Amino acid sequence: MKTKAEVIYMPDLSTKYRQSLFEAKVSAGFPSPAADYEEDKLDLNRYLIKNPAATFFVRVTGYSMMGAGIYSGDLLVVDRSLEPRDKSVVIAVIDGELTVKRIRIGKKKIALEPENENYSVQQITEDTDFQVWGVVTNVIHAL
Amino acid sequence: MRGSKDIFALVDCNNFYASCERVFSPKLQGRPIVVLSNNDGCIVARSNEAKALGIGMGVPAFEVEDVIRKNGVEVFSSNYALYADMSSRVMQTLSAFAPEIEIYSIDEAFFNLAGFNCALTDYGRRIRQTVKQWTGMPVTIGIARTKTLTKIANRTAKKSVKANGVLDLTDSPYLNKVLTETPVEKVWTVGIRTALKLKGAGIETALGLRDADIGWIRQKFGVVGVRTVYELRGISCYPLEQNPPVKKSIVVSRMFGKPVESIEELKEAIASYASRAGEKLRGQGLAAGVMTVYVTTSRFIENRYFNSHTVTFAVATNDTIELIRGACRCIGRLYHKGCAFKKCGIIFNGLVPEDQIQEGLFDNVDRLKSQRLMRAIDTINSRLNSPLQWAAEGLAQSWKVRFKRRSNRYTTRWDELPEVAWGDA
Repeated sequence: MKTKAEVIYMPDLSTKYRQSLFEAKVSAGFPSPAADYEEDKLDLNRYLIKNPAATFFVRVTGYSMMGAGIYSGDLLVVDRSLEPRDKSVVIAVIDGELTVKRIRIGKKKIALEPENENYSVQQITEDTDFQVWGVVTNVIHAL
Repeated sequence: MRGSKDIFALVDCNNFYASCERVFSPKLQGRPIVVLSNNDGCIVARSNEAKALGIGMGVPAFEVEDVIRKNGVEVFSSNYALYADMSSRVMQTLSAFAPEIEIYSIDEAFFNLAGFNCALTDYGRRIRQTVKQWTGMPVTIGIARTKTLTKIANRTAKKSVKANGVLDLTDSPYLNKVLTETPVEKVWTVGIRTALKLKGAGIETALGLRDADIGWIRQKFGVVGVRTVYELRGISCYPLEQNPPVKKSIVVSRMFGKPVESIEELKEAIASYASRAGEKLRGQGLAAGVMTVYVTTSRFIENRYFNSHTVTFAVATNDTIELIRGACRCIGRLYHKGCAFKKCGIIFNGLVPEDQIQEGLFDNVDRLKSQRLMRAIDTINSRLNSPLQWAAEGLAQSWKVRFKRRSNRYTTRWDELPEVAWGDA
């Protein structure tokens, strides 16, 4: 006698069992007393970057800003949304080049100061092709 | 149709690719710039200075070599990492200015400014100034009652020095003048063929189209034409789309760095695209039911060979292993000995959300297991600089795309950041 299939069962695939790649061990005993005191992790991004859309990183070459703690190879965090104030360290565009300077904003004139005695102060005049690109907020220096 | 109180704004980046390059190389200000497509093939972006030299959009780079050399035009390969990052910075900056924003393309966004009780031109100026300061990107803003009119306002603002980057056409006495000066083929949604038909009927400008007979438009151009006419009349038919509709197809295609002649190399290339396409599908939570693979030789030779082959998956999939297997099977059908292939690509159709896949009765693939594997690979790749590769992609990859003149990826690579020095050494 032939065997006939009377019913075909469809598997129910409407639900999914998701399993994460790394699972915390579950212990059946006393719950961890630390569980209630969990806090956010400290996030350096949030500490260093207030405005992500306007924040860029640049790399320093040269030693003109040593006195400000900025050395060759350091990483600068630059926020373009900030207005430069007197004594701000800024990224300035001079003759089409990106440069790093300390800006001095006086009543009538603007000057760019180095932080190294081997370099000289630069006065900004009407003829200078000059523009502030962004304000340096932090320097990241590897030891 | 929505109330007549709608006010839209279109923010459009000026010469987006060229402007991205200028943010990090300020010395390029005022100089002619062109950006090339994949493989440094065609011109896909031009600064105003390059446009003024008569360099056309989409022309093969070799055709304008002389103009480029004589005028010292700065030439860049496409720097997609930089452009995508700059785009997201611009959009992020814009999102602070309106509760509703529609990202329309890499360099354009629509706003809804309904209910803003301020001088809109001044508001536009503030948006423009902020985007410029925060991201370095110059933008132009058109404001009007409908999306179609904002496109026209934007186009006019770009040409007008007086507008200074912002033009508000809501209740503007200049509206008719602007519409008269806008050729009908420049109206949003009007294609080349439609424009030819309209001109044949004596409608040359946006104004002419606005005042056309609705019955005639409906008969000739259907509902899309009617909507365009209403939009020109200031009646909004296209609301802001904040959740873009599910894509109908996904394409991954590239030119090769050098012509490919062996079937092994062709298979490596297609495997690599299939792997990339799989990531794209999974990234958007989609699975594909149909895959088309095409190959082509250069456009510029005689005996051009173009062919494509389509496979249908029994069960829609986004599993890279299945995609590579299917793609290589297609190449087996398409390969033609003696042809120097210049380009290949994969097109996915029949896209469905991956949680709505129609399962197969006799399906013998462990879908859950494959899903977990793909997720693990995607997670690992998102954390690595050089992603995991499928063996089928090959190691030498001599077919890979050329980007000879790409600028630094200033914002996405630690070793390509902009450099600053004292500057007057």
